[in-house]
Amino acid sequence: MSPGVEVVGLYVRDQDEALAFYVDKLGFHVHTDVRNGDYRWLTVQHPEQPSFQLGLFTPGPPVLDAQTAQTLHALVAKGAMPPLVLKVDDCRAAHDRMLARGVEFTQEPMDRYGTVDAGFRDPSGNGWKMIEARR
Amino acid sequence: MSGGPASQEPQLLRRLLRAKDRMDAASHEDWPVRRLARVSGVSEAHFARSFKQAFGVPPHRYLLTRRIERATALLRDTDLSITEIAFDTGWESLGTFGRTFRDVTGESPGTLRARTRTAAHEPGRVPGCFLSAAHRPDLTIAVSEKRRRQAGDITEPSQKEVL
Repeated sequence: MSPGVEVVGLYVRDQDEALAFYVDKLGFHVHTDVRNGDYRWLTVQHPEQPSFQLGLFTPGPPVLDAQTAQTLHALVAKGAMPPLVLKVDDCRAAHDRMLARGVEFTQEPMDRYGTVDAGFRDPSGNGWKMIEARR
Repeated sequence: MSGGPASQEPQLLRRLLRAKDRMDAASHEDWPVRRLARVSGVSEAHFARSFKQAFGVPPHRYLLTRRIERATALLRDTDLSITEIAFDTGWESLGTFGRTFRDVTGESPGTLRARTRTAAHEPGRVPGCFLSAAHRPDLTIAVSEKRRRQAGDITEPSQKEVL
C-alpha cells in the first residue's frame, strides 16, 4: 500500500440517493457503508482506481449543528462546492451511456483545448467535469 | 427580506441552479424570465428575486457575464470575425456588443483580441473550462450604473433591475 490521499468526501443531500447515483448511474462500487446511530460512513470507489475512495456524507448532527448543516445543504444545492473532475477514455461514449441512465448533464461534450469535456451534476448539485484523457 | 445563505430551501436552490446551468450551457440563446422560471419551477413573479438572493446577481446580469466570458474566449482563441462573435454569443447588433463589451471589460473587442494575441501563453495544467470561468467578468453593478458612474453622474442610482 503506497502512501497518499485515500478518501475525499462530498456533501450530499441524501446518502441513499447519492449511492444510487454514483453506483447505478456512474458505475462506482461501494467500498464502505457502516452506520453508528444516525451517522453513516459511506464511501464509493471508481472501478479502476482501487486506492482512492469518494466519501458521500450528509452534513448534520452529531458532527455539525443543524444551522451549519442547513448552510452546507444550501451551498451544495447552489453548486458552490469545489470542482470535481472525472477522467474518461471516451467522453462522448461516456456521455451517451450516462445520459441514457438519466444523468443531468450541464454541458454537452465539447472539443476544446486538445481534448473533449462535458459537465454533469449529481442529484445534490455537486458539479463534475468529465474530461477525456489526452492520448 | 433576509438574504442569509440558509434562508432559502435547498430544494428551491437546486432548481434555481438548474436555470443557471441552462444559461451556462446556452448563453447565446434568449432567456426571458418566463423560460427561466419554468426551468426552475418557480413563478415568474418570484424568479428574479429568488435567483438574485441565491447567486448574488440578477439573472440577466449573470447571463451577460457568461456572454462576455465566451466572447472573450472566442476573441482570444479563434479567428472568427468580431461580427460573427457578436452574433454567436447572443447579441442582436454589433454596436450593442461592442459598447457593452467595452463598458464591462474596459476595452473594445478588437483591442482585447490584439492584446491577448501578443500575450499568448501556455495555460498550463488548469483544465480549460475552469480557466475560462476564472476570467469571467465580476460584474457587481449594472452596466447602466457603470456607464453612469464613468460619465461622472452618480446622483441617481437606477431603480430598475436591468443588465
